[in-house]
Amino acid sequence: MIEGAKWRRWLFFYVPLGAFILFLLFPFYWMVVTTFRPDAELYRPWMAPNYTPFWTLHPTLAHVKYLLGETLFSRWMLNTLVISIAATAISLFCGLLAGYALSRLDFPFAGSLGTGIFVTYLVPQTLLFIPLADIIRNFRLGDTPWSLILTYPTFLIPFCTWLLMGYFKAIPKELEECARIDGATRWKAMVYIIFPIAVPGILSAGIFAFTLSWNEFIYALVFLSSPEQKTVSVGVTSELIRGDVFFWGALMAGALLGSIPVAVIYSFFVEHYVAGLTGSVKG
Amino acid sequence: MAQVLIRNLNKKFEEVHAVKDVNLEIRDKEFVVLVGPSGCGKTTTLRMVAGLESITSGQVLIGDTVVNALPPMDRDIAMVFQNYALYPHMSVYDNMAFGLKMRKFKREEIDRRVKDAAEILGIQSHLKRKPRQLSGGQRQRVALGRAIVRHPQVFLFDEPLSNLDAKLRVQMRVELKKIHDRLGTTAIYVTHDQVEAMTLGDRVVVMKDGVVQQVGEPLELYNSPANRFVAGFIGSPAMNFATVRLHEADGSLWAQGDGVKIEVPAAIAARLRRYAGEEVAMGVRPEDLRVATDQDGAGLSVEAIVEVVEKLGSEILLDVQVGRSTMVAAVEPTVPAKRHDRLRLALNPERLHFFDRASEAAI
Repeated sequence: MIEGAKWRRWLFFYVPLGAFILFLLFPFYWMVVTTFRPDAELYRPWMAPNYTPFWTLHPTLAHVKYLLGETLFSRWMLNTLVISIAATAISLFCGLLAGYALSRLDFPFAGSLGTGIFVTYLVPQTLLFIPLADIIRNFRLGDTPWSLILTYPTFLIPFCTWLLMGYFKAIPKELEECARIDGATRWKAMVYIIFPIAVPGILSAGIFAFTLSWNEFIYALVFLSSPEQKTVSVGVTSELIRGDVFFWGALMAGALLGSIPVAVIYSFFVEHYVAGLTGSVKG
Repeated sequence: MAQVLIRNLNKKFEEVHAVKDVNLEIRDKEFVVLVGPSGCGKTTTLRMVAGLESITSGQVLIGDTVVNALPPMDRDIAMVFQNYALYPHMSVYDNMAFGLKMRKFKREEIDRRVKDAAEILGIQSHLKRKPRQLSGGQRQRVALGRAIVRHPQVFLFDEPLSNLDAKLRVQMRVELKKIHDRLGTTAIYVTHDQVEAMTLGDRVVVMKDGVVQQVGEPLELYNSPANRFVAGFIGSPAMNFATVRLHEADGSLWAQGDGVKIEVPAAIAARLRRYAGEEVAMGVRPEDLRVATDQDGAGLSVEAIVEVVEKLGSEILLDVQVGRSTMVAAVEPTVPAKRHDRLRLALNPERLHFFDRASEAAI
């Protein structure tokens, strides 16, 4: 906390903090306002006398109704949810085992393997989708949820592995040694001692992986083509922008409803998640 | 029946030869302390007994079994770590019960053993708490309890008291001793603190650079150290050393050095004679120096200038200058010495130690 006179605290703490919050939340606010704004207001020119860009006087649910009734939005939500959960589960499982092995087991090339995994994370998706598209076609997975469930781990596993590796390294080695003297095999020591302690780290990795899958755009755009297979990010943008016509109200309603699940998950696990990022193991 | 035998034990890390040809016989029910400065190989030795470190060469036997190839869980040992290594997500009860659960003990048996151990350690009221809700001393007790409930053949302690504050350390030291007397389990204890080593150990093993320097009962190490390292390491304040040249004059042996000229008592002179004309290191413990009286002959005292006076209450430590070297003398609390005082310090002739200059071995 800033010490000294009250005005100092305001000037150096509350004002910058307020500005920062305003800056971060404004896009969401804009999304909300646009969602509930009637079309008449949406397309009103800025020099019109009753132009009110920052609020609306006639809120309407028309865009939400349109989105839910006239588009496949609920189907897209379901697709995204299934794909995100499956991809997260696969990545978390692999990341847990790989992270544990790389941080705890002493085997040849462990270090270079860890670096190798990290390097794969650095390959941009915009490059990787080209060879992946070929693979997806050869396995006849195109336009199925599997095309995403199996390709998302290509960037999620390196991510989970590295996050968990750091977390496992922070857990004192003695805990595991003690468990092994106490009569646990390495597997049991891992399951009963290391994993429960690493729960904050595992949760953070899971939340991050889930968010990354939920928001993923390019693979979903390339690998899925029929409207009923699409995810929210692709569905909303491809079905609500027709040519050069933007259905702003419905677009923003889609964006708003689409970001709710992630927001709910974050707020639910926020405490664990912060503990996971700061990597604290309370002894 | 759980003696521990260590035969020609060696450990090589990539560059470092951490433990060199260690041989130890730890008897059943014995409390043996490994002591030495950091990096002397004491912890590595303990970890090889525990099975946490692979053995480069040599053998470890627990009871009559060679355990080299056995995993830690099959060696029937329990270990207490410096940082306690309590499982943070489990209650005190579950921490203590974990080892028994892993070994598929019956629920009633686990309960009985945990409660027994908790009673011995006085932590009955904390059984439901999590480790982070406990103080350092309480955590240490839980760590001990976790070892006790297992009824192992051997206890291994890796500097268990070093994370405690000074007062608690003394208290836990006494309790450890009591628990060992009560349970009679063979114990190997690693510490860098020579006071802990002297007070706890039935026998003490002094190590340096991976080599065992001396094995013996505490007073044996104190009274007849095998070499200059042991002499300097055991005892606080440490032994004073002076370089002296031995020569014979008037039918007796004299040790002469910078500010020191002493007539070596006849009892020791016999084994020192072959060093006549050579330089050796002479050691004298602070408590074997006292302020000289008129009865003390000139041949057994040194001229000293007081530099620092440390009043400890039960005694006074005088840091004095003898010739160009400094020495510490522990004298009666009634001595009215002040800074810059000149005084004569008498040596206890029976308690002089001499060490070979080259090999540093006791003469």
